Amino acid sequence: MLDVLQSIIPIALFYSAPLIFTALGGVFSERSGVVNIGLEGLMVMGAFVGIVFNLAFVDVLGAATPWVSVLVAMVVSAVFSSIHAVASVSFRADQVVSGVAINFLALGLGVFLTKQWYGKGQTDMVSRPFYSTDIPFLADIPIIGPLLFQKIYLTSYIAIIAAIVAWYVLYKTPFGLRLRSVGEHPMAADTNGINVYTMRYIAVIISGALGGLGGSVFALTIALNFSQSTIVGQGFMSLAAVIFGKWHPLGAMGAALFFGFAQSLSVIGAGVPFLADVPKIYLTIAPYLLTILALAGFIGRAEAPKANGQPYIKGSR
Amino acid sequence: MFSNRMFNILVPIISVVLGLIAGAIIMLGFGYNPFQGYLALIDGAFGNAYFFGETIRQVTPYILTGLAVAFAFRAGLFNIGAEGQVIVGWLAAVWIGTTIEAPMIVHLPLALFAAALAGGMWGFVPGLLKAKLGVHEVIITIMMNYIALYLTNHLIRNVLTDTKDTTDRVVESAALSSEWLMTLTSYSRLHWGILVALVAAVFMWFLLEKTTAGYELRSVGYNRHASEYAGMKVGKNIILAMVISGGFAGLAGAMEGLGTFGYMPTHSAFTNIGFDGIAVALLGGNAALGTVIAAFLFGTLKIGALNMPTGAGVPAELVEIVIALIIFFVASSYIIRWALLRLKKEGK
Repeated sequence: MLDVLQSIIPIALFYSAPLIFTALGGVFSERSGVVNIGLEGLMVMGAFVGIVFNLAFVDVLGAATPWVSVLVAMVVSAVFSSIHAVASVSFRADQVVSGVAINFLALGLGVFLTKQWYGKGQTDMVSRPFYSTDIPFLADIPIIGPLLFQKIYLTSYIAIIAAIVAWYVLYKTPFGLRLRSVGEHPMAADTNGINVYTMRYIAVIISGALGGLGGSVFALTIALNFSQSTIVGQGFMSLAAVIFGKWHPLGAMGAALFFGFAQSLSVIGAGVPFLADVPKIYLTIAPYLLTILALAGFIGRAEAPKANGQPYIKGSR
Repeated sequence: MFSNRMFNILVPIISVVLGLIAGAIIMLGFGYNPFQGYLALIDGAFGNAYFFGETIRQVTPYILTGLAVAFAFRAGLFNIGAEGQVIVGWLAAVWIGTTIEAPMIVHLPLALFAAALAGGMWGFVPGLLKAKLGVHEVIITIMMNYIALYLTNHLIRNVLTDTKDTTDRVVESAALSSEWLMTLTSYSRLHWGILVALVAAVFMWFLLEKTTAGYELRSVGYNRHASEYAGMKVGKNIILAMVISGGFAGLAGAMEGLGTFGYMPTHSAFTNIGFDGIAVALLGGNAALGTVIAAFLFGTLKIGALNMPTGAGVPAELVEIVIALIIFFVASSYIIRWALLRLKKEGK
């Protein structure tokens, strides 16, 4: 049993990390009332920038390369997401449509530039990705140590810490209260002197940074290069985690962990005794099916922020 | 002042022009000649009989997925699930096309019907959840896309074949492909499906504009509450809209299964026919004729782009960027309207 857990848990954490980051981005954006179907595109952008920067600067930066790559990916994706902010906040575009356009644009730009710079459809493999490590001291604890702290990616823990930070920011600070209020009732927030547009811009840009973080972490831990098929659906899965987690940072984290767990099961399921008999297809579609069930109210009611998806027009009732 | 109708025609045209200009600027920025680039694109779409055949071949499913998204839009619903409906429709058409033996007059319509039915069923689920429980259709249809993708792969590997990655070819009596059309276009993959697509467009126009059912669907799209107050069954109309929308997308899958490919491979990623349908519908103003025109434009861009690397050295993905920008501009029509009105005022 312990062996089984020891093979599942690190892989589940490993697959979850990018989903957690991206889902947190989704929570920020949607809590402010801006639907973000573009999470997939933000991840694509993050993965692309993370890989390209890593390849270009590995000789200069050495061991720090993956960390700096991830930061650069966050910045670029944040800037990129401001397109979504401009379209959906200022230009009152349909937010779903704008998100779809973000997805198209990120993939188009990524593959176009890859062909432009590398002369082929995919980049080279990075030589300095993130590696799994043993966490000092904690790894030596019996039972828990081998399960949770040996051969683990630091990014997985950063993701969990980020979720707690996001929860604190959204629920324990004035900034978070304002952000949530413009997503629930923008007119009331406006009356109280909160600038709805600014808050929504900030929220979308935060979601861009976190989506970029998720994408680059995925690229630098799992994919290791960039091509058309690096990010296929992880962004949408993160979106599912946002909803399955009821638009709450910790809920989204839990959902992302579960989806990562389901993914890892379909990867290593054959090696696990009681799962070997379950056809792989059930494990593959489980996250999506569960999201539908959650939305339909079979697993607790999922209520979206009230003003989610509606552009705020000053002065309208 | 501009009339609303003028705006509805001007906004898409301006969006396309802006998108193409942006594409030209990108080409300039990377040291390409934009004229050469776009000439290569036009040549690649219409330059010879083969290219022309391929362009029409690409336009065919675009018309159908465009209609699917447009139809749902008219009833106030956003069907992002066209992609999944295409995939299940493709599988259903190929399933009927490979396993049944019948004369063509029965077999081909049956295969098409199966595709529409499968797509319709895939649209029924989000429609039902929306109508009965008020669950937003966007998320459900996204999830249904993935379920379709993985489920069809599973069925192809384990049910239709014995762990193979493609199905058998559909038999002659269910195929849309035509020797005559192929020889006419120097062996492109052009098939009769374009007729099916055009008939579907006429069907949608007739249904929406000329029948009571269509009037109700549009009414529900405009104002759900007023429609309910007027005695229409809103839930029934939502489900009906999603089923018909899914049916169109399912037919698009049949175009690939019975026409272009003649079989179904397992897919590691989405076909994008359904997602591109969103762009088609938006640009076409969610009307039948507009959708056909927009499908023609996007088909031209997509097929023409394939000639850009050889014709002008430009990566074909430039067109993806152009299409994404066109969607942005159409979506931001509010700002285009505003700019047009400003221009008009200053002109006076």
